[in-house]
Amino acid sequence: MEIIVASTIAVLTAGGVYLLLRLRTFPVILGLALLSYAVNVFLFASGRLAIDQSPILSRYGEATYTDPLPQALVLTAIVISFGMTAVLVMIGLGAFLEAETDQIDIEQQDDEKGPQA
Amino acid sequence: MMHWIILPVFLPAILAPLIGFVMRYDMPLARTASLAGTLALFAIAVGLTTLAADGTTHVYRLGDWPAPFGIVLVLDRLSALMVLLTATLALIVLIHAIATGWDARGRHFHALFQFQLMGICGAFLTGDVFNLFVFFEVLLIASYGLMIHSGGRDRMRAGLQYVVMNLAGSTLFLFALGTLYASTGTLNIADLAVRVAEIPAEEAALVRVAVILLMIVFAVKAALFPVQFWLPATYANAPAPVAALFAIMTKVGAYAILRVHTTAFGPGIPGTEGLAATWLFPAAIVTIAIGAFGVLGARRLMPLIAFSVVGSMGTLLVAVAAFSPTATSAALYYLVHSTFATACLFLIADLVVTQRAADTLTPTPATVQNGLFAALFFAAAIGMAGMPPLSGFLGKLLVLDALREPGLMVWAWSAILAGSLLTIVGFARAGSALFWKSTATPAPEPTLNPDEITVQAAPPPQPKATALQIAPTMAALAVLAGLAAFAGPVSAYLGDTSEQLFDRDGYVTAVIDPREEG
Repeated sequence: MEIIVASTIAVLTAGGVYLLLRLRTFPVILGLALLSYAVNVFLFASGRLAIDQSPILSRYGEATYTDPLPQALVLTAIVISFGMTAVLVMIGLGAFLEAETDQIDIEQQDDEKGPQA
Repeated sequence: MMHWIILPVFLPAILAPLIGFVMRYDMPLARTASLAGTLALFAIAVGLTTLAADGTTHVYRLGDWPAPFGIVLVLDRLSALMVLLTATLALIVLIHAIATGWDARGRHFHALFQFQLMGICGAFLTGDVFNLFVFFEVLLIASYGLMIHSGGRDRMRAGLQYVVMNLAGSTLFLFALGTLYASTGTLNIADLAVRVAEIPAEEAALVRVAVILLMIVFAVKAALFPVQFWLPATYANAPAPVAALFAIMTKVGAYAILRVHTTAFGPGIPGTEGLAATWLFPAAIVTIAIGAFGVLGARRLMPLIAFSVVGSMGTLLVAVAAFSPTATSAALYYLVHSTFATACLFLIADLVVTQRAADTLTPTPATVQNGLFAALFFAAAIGMAGMPPLSGFLGKLLVLDALREPGLMVWAWSAILAGSLLTIVGFARAGSALFWKSTATPAPEPTLNPDEITVQAAPPPQPKATALQIAPTMAALAVLAGLAAFAGPVSAYLGDTSEQLFDRDGYVTAVIDPREEG
């Protein structure tokens, strides 16, 4: 199972980084979404992989349980990344409507259009 | 348990939604509430600073859960100082934003402003690295809104770049936290200090990865080479009062490096000792160089100031990279100074750009208050460049004095001194183009084509800046002068502050020991 989880994280991260480097709004949004999925799975794995175990100590059962803290961390991370993606979509849309381009990097002429005036 | 410690987080957190939802159509009410809230925050910060001044580390346990299991807020001299710095800066910036009407040029300025303060104060007070991540996100999401406040083509594009950069940084932060949790089993800074110290050097590989990942994340916030490239575009295109408030945002990164890397991975811990310093020092030297060349090469006023911010962050981080109490106290003095110097420059730049209706560094006919603006810009520029009599000179002197180790001295001294010289030249060139040559430029026929205005959504040039619009800039300058005049007591206090920061055992005992302050 370790190998499956590890390679899933690797593939998601690689895809996310590739899309991020495309430097156009839509691929970058998808890339950041992939990266946040990767990091969520990674956070889960940081509490060690365990199957069929409850995250709380049961009074009656045996004392085996899985670490509950990473699950709380993942929940926080999911909420935050969801909100951030929504903000990013809105700002990306706003920038596209204002500038009529979905390039993320700003060309040199934009930066220095003043001096010639 | 004392509840004052959570107030710098709690007060803006309650105020911001109130302003956002209840007062959204009532600008005078929103302004009053925001100003009152910031004044209250300032009063609380002063109270907290006097509370922390005696050197005790106060701990606030949320829900009264004991430290490694629950979340804690920690108030010591350093965090109290940073909260006070935030509150003072926020007050100055807010008055400027209200006086110049920036807050009315888009919606929700005051709500976002308060959320931003909540995030910044929380990041300074927290004693838990995951909580640090959460507060980083709070301050970032507010800063996204503030960054694109009042809109415009260039600002939206720069804002998009800023958001993407920081989202990638946040993902990296989570990876670092996951690695740290997997290898140590805790995310409380005090507990981390204990656990990491127990890991022998040969088994610390994973922790070392986490340390470097965390440092990259903080370096993104602190605009350190090679991840400094977002800063000039962001600061140059942000609304000027927001850029002035962002002066504290880069310091959040520097503070996080100081807090986390000194307390948890700092000197005396076998697995991670010297790891951060090895990378931080050369990166900071290059950052100084980038800032200096940027100042020299900038062709507009706002990028010029933004690059001088990069340079000042380099100087600050060179001192931080030494990880010694003397250098840290010099770094803290320079940190306080550069926050106000940056803010002051952005505020005066806003007044100048508003009157000139363009921020290019080309001579145009002299504005109404050319002499006054020239004097203010001159004062702020010598503060930033590090010339006497303002505190920049003393700050750089302290930093230079602290870096006397033979290996560091050559690099640090030559970088800081050469960087300062280039910054002086850059500012002198800008000042003479803006103010001096302007007096010799004849006024053209008043056919100002609105298409040529580079600053988007700038209002029609105002005839004269009122006293209230100039007051915040004056206040920032007064703080710089005060820092210089009271340099003795201030640096003595900062010396105590950095001693407390390096007293790891004291911090750990205060946070972990359940009997304290119960």
